[in-house]
Amino acid sequence: MSAVIEEHHHDGHHHGPDKGIMRWVFTTNHKDIGTLYLWFSFLMFLTGGVLALGIRTELFQPGLQIIQPEIFNQLTTMHGLIMVFGAVMPAFVGLANWLIPMMIGAPDMALPRMNNYSFWILPFAFGMLLSTFFMEGGAPNYGWTFYAPLSTDYAPPSVTFFIFAVHMMGISSIMGSINVVVTILNMRAPGMTLMKMPLFVWTWFITAYLLIAVMPVLAGVVTMMLMDIHFGTAFFNAGGGGDPVLFQHVFWFFGHPEVYIMILPAFGVVSAIIPTFARKRLFGYDSMVYATASIAFLSFIVWAHHMFTVGIPLAGELYFMYATMLIAVPTGVKVFNWVATMWQGAMTFETPMLFAIAFVILFTIGGLSGLMLAIVPADFQYHDTYFVVAHFHYVLVPGSVFSIMAAVYYWIPKWTGNMYDETLGKTHFWLSFIGVNVTFFPQHFIGLAGMPRRIPDYALQFADWNMVSSCGAFLFGFSQLLFLFIVIKCIRGGKKATDQVWEGAHGLEWTIPSPAPYHTFTTPPTSMKEAHG
Amino acid sequence: MSGKTEASKTIRQLIFVVVGMFGFGFAMVPLYDVLCDVTGFNGKTAGKYTAKEVQDVREDRLVTIQFLASNNANMPWEFRPKVRTMKVHPGKLNTVEFYARNITGETMVAQAVPSVTPFHAAEFLHKTECFCFEQQQLEAREDLDMPLRFIIDSQIPEAVKTVTLSYTLYDVTEQIGLATN
Amino acid sequence: MNRVMQMWQAGLSLLLCSNVALADWSALNMRQGVTEISQRVYDLHMLIFYICCAIGVLVFGVMIISMLMHRKSLGVTPATFHEDTRVEVAWTVIPIIILLVMAVPATSTLRDMYESSDSDLDIEVRGYQWKWQYTYLNEDPAEEIQFMSALKTPRNEIQNLEAKGEHYLLDVDNPLVIPINKRVRFLVTSQDTIHSFWVPDFAVKRDAIPGFIHESWAVVEEPGVYRGQCAELCGKDHGFMPIVVHAVEQADYDLWIAEKQAEAKEVFNTVGKTWSKDELMVKGEEVYLQHCAACHQPNGQGIPPAFPSLVGQGIAVGPMSGHIDILLNGQAGTAMQAFGQQLNPAEIAAVITYERNAWGNDMNDMVQPKEINTMMASE
Repeated sequence: MSAVIEEHHHDGHHHGPDKGIMRWVFTTNHKDIGTLYLWFSFLMFLTGGVLALGIRTELFQPGLQIIQPEIFNQLTTMHGLIMVFGAVMPAFVGLANWLIPMMIGAPDMALPRMNNYSFWILPFAFGMLLSTFFMEGGAPNYGWTFYAPLSTDYAPPSVTFFIFAVHMMGISSIMGSINVVVTILNMRAPGMTLMKMPLFVWTWFITAYLLIAVMPVLAGVVTMMLMDIHFGTAFFNAGGGGDPVLFQHVFWFFGHPEVYIMILPAFGVVSAIIPTFARKRLFGYDSMVYATASIAFLSFIVWAHHMFTVGIPLAGELYFMYATMLIAVPTGVKVFNWVATMWQGAMTFETPMLFAIAFVILFTIGGLSGLMLAIVPADFQYHDTYFVVAHFHYVLVPGSVFSIMAAVYYWIPKWTGNMYDETLGKTHFWLSFIGVNVTFFPQHFIGLAGMPRRIPDYALQFADWNMVSSCGAFLFGFSQLLFLFIVIKCIRGGKKATDQVWEGAHGLEWTIPSPAPYHTFTTPPTSMKEAHG
Repeated sequence: MSGKTEASKTIRQLIFVVVGMFGFGFAMVPLYDVLCDVTGFNGKTAGKYTAKEVQDVREDRLVTIQFLASNNANMPWEFRPKVRTMKVHPGKLNTVEFYARNITGETMVAQAVPSVTPFHAAEFLHKTECFCFEQQQLEAREDLDMPLRFIIDSQIPEAVKTVTLSYTLYDVTEQIGLATN
Repeated sequence: MNRVMQMWQAGLSLLLCSNVALADWSALNMRQGVTEISQRVYDLHMLIFYICCAIGVLVFGVMIISMLMHRKSLGVTPATFHEDTRVEVAWTVIPIIILLVMAVPATSTLRDMYESSDSDLDIEVRGYQWKWQYTYLNEDPAEEIQFMSALKTPRNEIQNLEAKGEHYLLDVDNPLVIPINKRVRFLVTSQDTIHSFWVPDFAVKRDAIPGFIHESWAVVEEPGVYRGQCAELCGKDHGFMPIVVHAVEQADYDLWIAEKQAEAKEVFNTVGKTWSKDELMVKGEEVYLQHCAACHQPNGQGIPPAFPSLVGQGIAVGPMSGHIDILLNGQAGTAMQAFGQQLNPAEIAAVITYERNAWGNDMNDMVQPKEINTMMASE
């Protein structure tokens, strides 16, 4: 999609991209791979979205209409898995590929060949995962958290394919993360000290460490499942000396850092966009870095707050409650810093800024409901209800997903050399904003009123708000087709973007031409004063 | 060129972390067991108790101990405690029997899994002899009285009035077959 | 046509801000419940909720003011400040203080929930796929009451063939009955996979984990019917295993206990008599729909491969002894439970007879409760 600029690459192998499909199969170019990741994640976003609309269609009214319970459980499970591992995570990896080398003045990622492998594993992993829908017994139906023994003794035969798919995703993520860390540590242009790096690079740096630390634990837990299912071990079976609760501890030891993996890069994106459109430097850069690091650290010691109702001794419940509440402090610092960045700026509200502001507001709502969930006695009432569903969708959809959309609008002029259609962009924003809130805000109510999650049918008192929620979901879902249209339109043409693109933008990526040449920074940049806003 | 070696050093370190964390996932299994033993986490009881010294019997205190017995899915045996509750003096050795009968026409092997509530009582329940320490094999239609000998620790907190000890019987016939094959 | 009209009406009420739901604010909030603990949990929830609202108003207020006043279109010049240690310290310290304010009542409520004094009544709650079993523990095991409690909502209501009743999906055949103002201890465990026993009005939610026993307790202050649901994904019919608790005066509770014990004796007697095939078929259909239809489906077709069909194949058209064996002892490694300990001999005989003679399974044989009883005893 980017224009080809003939330029002599430092290792002398490439003179611009190959032609045709082979360009994409064998590419080691960070921009091509970034593009592949982004398109793949969008495809998965639509796939997961279709599953979500299946769920919301069934929940439109009480009673079973089109989806029977056994299929419903497959939909919720696959929706979760695909959105987490297929949509959000690869989208951030795509952004990392495109942006990190351009932001730190590097010619490419440090390990281009591995970069290619780590992308091309994904289509096979998700092909395998999706193929389980057509297997005897159906797709995984035990929830994206796949608690044992539901996912071991009571699982459909496709569980083995699920395990291999998770292993492949894990390998892909780990390779991608190693690449990010090595790139950041070794490929920075002279003068680009760590504390000069843009926050997007910082948040990804920390995220990559989180991934390296916890994806192997996920691999471990699914390996234990595999052994329990096929090799007669009893890690999670009390009859053989194991413990089903152990599964939850190991899973959430992975799972809690995982939720920060999905939000930290979003913090980075928003920290780039708000200063640009407020035309004012980011407030408290240092404290942003430290807050990100403390959130990452805390994420390792709070996992059992997902398990308050499991039965943990009082001292354990209190410890995990206090530790969880503590996360509110660095998260609060971030939100306050963004607000302070906006304060007394000179703001304009182009589409990326709209998404970024919506991110701050709606992510804060999700954060506050997270704080409520930390309070153990109240959590006994919230746990496993739609209140939790509302909470994590608030941090993931208008959180992570909005930040990804903001990033696409913000950097797409640099990627394609064309401006997107601002009117359509704003329309897409408002439709998404309304859709997301109409979908998920009522879920707070039905959760508090007592509707458990993961049920295909519900009591009559939940009917009204479920109907509202389903309408919102369709609005949000179909709005994303507009997003697809806008992106394609932008790739095909439009007003030419300047190199600077945005009046208030700072950073090395804005010093190179638009569209970004196939090879950038083959000689390191010299001036670092513009590194971050 | 130093950039290249720097990079491979970083890669080596990161791969080391990856392998280490994969191992850590598995290390959580014994770590968790240790945690359970120490804290009575999840109501797990410790293994066979060998008294280091004879405890003073607290004649002034009575603790109710309640026995539950149940079968896991697909376990057809009849399984029940002979008594539902006992009132015992902390520090004193007590014996109770559980009854099990294999109602099927085949030889089966069972494993009983103990669990105690409230959690903080678990560490004060000492079993000197328990049918849960080993697997129980019963021929077709055979029955068995299985003894449990236990001491409630004399240090058990005053707040604990009732201790519930539950056994769940698991069918492990197939796993045994797998091990011997 | 009617359905379409209903949907339009529903859509209209949605446009009017869903006035049905708004009419009753309490339907949108956590239930206050009927125990001291549930009331305290509610108060705690409201306290945190108001604190969160205040934080939200403050943060969003500043953002909105900023968005209105600090726009480029108003010709403002952006300020240049980008750090201020005092401010940053303040907004680190103030949240910590707010958190402490929340932590104090949360801690004291939690401590009280974990307090373990003696109970007046102990009930073992056992989760099954997809029903609950309640056992009222008693000094004398012979006097104990034990029964299964499963969804009562007719399948026709779920399949939208009939109008939905008032307690759609929240009604069971045998509710749990407890006395008011007594401390009732729930000993929660599971037979198969993880379930969660949740009664919102008691603020009791406890995961039921196979092989482990966990406890929770409630002192209910008001007589009434309290409804809850399983709160942990436990397989196909997770959404269809409600919990219904009748809290009654002690005198009514005693009456109910006596009634239940008499019922148990009656069951004992019915096992002794000789049943006609029609009687077995009627009883069998009832038991089948209650215990078997969730997996094997009302028409016996099952959902292969997890839940095999019983029509014209498998155990229902095989030898009688094999059929009885699987029903009593279950099938290891599958979802087929051992019903020998769940159903009484009359129910087992009836359902076996039903399965062998329904849906065109024309085996033309039957088995008597007596025979099942002797088989279980002599085995």
